Amino acid sequence: MTRAGVPTLSVVVFLLAWEIAVRALRIPAYLLPAPSLIASTLFDNFASLAASWWFTLRITLIALALATAGGVLIGALFASSRIAERALAPFAVVLQVTPIVSIAPLIMILTDSPLATVIVCAWLVAFFPILANTLTGLRSVDATLRDLFALQRASRWQTLRHLLVPAALPSFMTGLRIAGGLALIGEVGGEFAAGAAGRDTGLASRILESAFRTEIPKMFAALTLVALTGVALYLATGALSRALLQSWHESERG
Amino acid sequence: MTEPADSRALLSLAHVRREFPGGRVALADVSLDVAAGEFVSLLGASGCGKSTVLRLMSGLDAPTSGTIARDLPPYAIPGYVFQDAALMPWATVRRNVELPLMLRGERPVSMRERVDAALRAVDLADSAGALPRELSGGMKMRASLARALVTAPQLWLLDEPFGALDEITRFALNQTLLALCKPRGDGKPATAVFVTHSVYEAVFLSQRVVVMARPGRIADEIAIDAPYPRDAAFRATPQFAILCARVSDALQRASVAGAPA
Repeated sequence: MTRAGVPTLSVVVFLLAWEIAVRALRIPAYLLPAPSLIASTLFDNFASLAASWWFTLRITLIALALATAGGVLIGALFASSRIAERALAPFAVVLQVTPIVSIAPLIMILTDSPLATVIVCAWLVAFFPILANTLTGLRSVDATLRDLFALQRASRWQTLRHLLVPAALPSFMTGLRIAGGLALIGEVGGEFAAGAAGRDTGLASRILESAFRTEIPKMFAALTLVALTGVALYLATGALSRALLQSWHESERG
Repeated sequence: MTEPADSRALLSLAHVRREFPGGRVALADVSLDVAAGEFVSLLGASGCGKSTVLRLMSGLDAPTSGTIARDLPPYAIPGYVFQDAALMPWATVRRNVELPLMLRGERPVSMRERVDAALRAVDLADSAGALPRELSGGMKMRASLARALVTAPQLWLLDEPFGALDEITRFALNQTLLALCKPRGDGKPATAVFVTHSVYEAVFLSQRVVVMARPGRIADEIAIDAPYPRDAAFRATPQFAILCARVSDALQRASVAGAPA
């Protein structure tokens, strides 16, 4: 059995059991639609759902990119200045531990734009793991190697490029993998909070809309796309991590 | 003691004191001259400030009081070999050895020959493309030696480089180190300061053993008057045994005198 074989099989078995259970127990579609019905709903509404999916994916990726840039920059700032870290850490922690759904309405009022609200929500939740892991990576640089670079009178740029970046990369990649999933969660939370309806909205808005109209199969179809997007992000960041670290880092050796 | 009268002092420490923040005294009062071309070992129990002396000599650390004079060109960087091999895990052996040259802005083409020579000198030519995790402890240390060797340093500072290795590997690397620092023929000997807690290693390698004691002071100095090249046969001579006994004795006295009441 291959490494991909077992999880594939378990998912197939799960879907079959679901299908059989729904048919055998005559569960109505407005409570729990069968996988086959979800698939056909997805197929029938593909054009409109794909537009929403593209909206969600785009916002998630934009927020992830912004979170990466911000997390790395502020992580580097914290790593180079204890004072900056002590001064700004409380804000970073408060933003991290306050549930995003509870801040979202405030963001909605402040920005007065559903789009900005969604981006800010996704950015906020994705930002912290990147900041924390970048900081951990930069702090974990081997002290002796730091001495060696200092002894060789390496410039700041040389130290950054040849020591700090490669040494912090494994930890940063861990942060990115977590942030990828969280950006999607933040995006969906942001859409819920922004409560926007209409054409230029994402999958979360479609889920809400379907719930109001009790179009449960359509709700599941949108939900399926959200889940698949999460899986895709997880696999993509994992593949990137392997590509960058496989040659040398323990965490990526099979 | 045994200052070689006709040689200039390459390194000169005068009443050096190093206190760490919090008041811990690493070095109380150390005065020590190291002549050009001399091989000196610093021997002592852990915590007696041996490594601090090396860091001060290299310029990585500065004394709280006292002076350190280096008779070296300002751009000369000592070849520092650390307690652990400290190789970059993401870089091959070759790239690790190239590092000091690369940081000085040399191009790969111009350094290739010297890197090859350094790898050959430590018998790692076949592992140039290997990553550190593929190497044994002894091989990692050899790569670390090559990284210092590649800059052809006038001054070697070695901080217990072979402390974590098994005895056979340690003997072999002692021999390698002597070949690097005390070349046969007309090669100019390099100056070396070697930190160790092994009496045998100190006697085998050096011209002078400086015995240190807590808290950070020099307790004794013993000259090792045996000619280079030294090899395994030197370890079997009565002279070696007598010197080891003497150094051992000095170390014992130092630790008794330095022990808290």
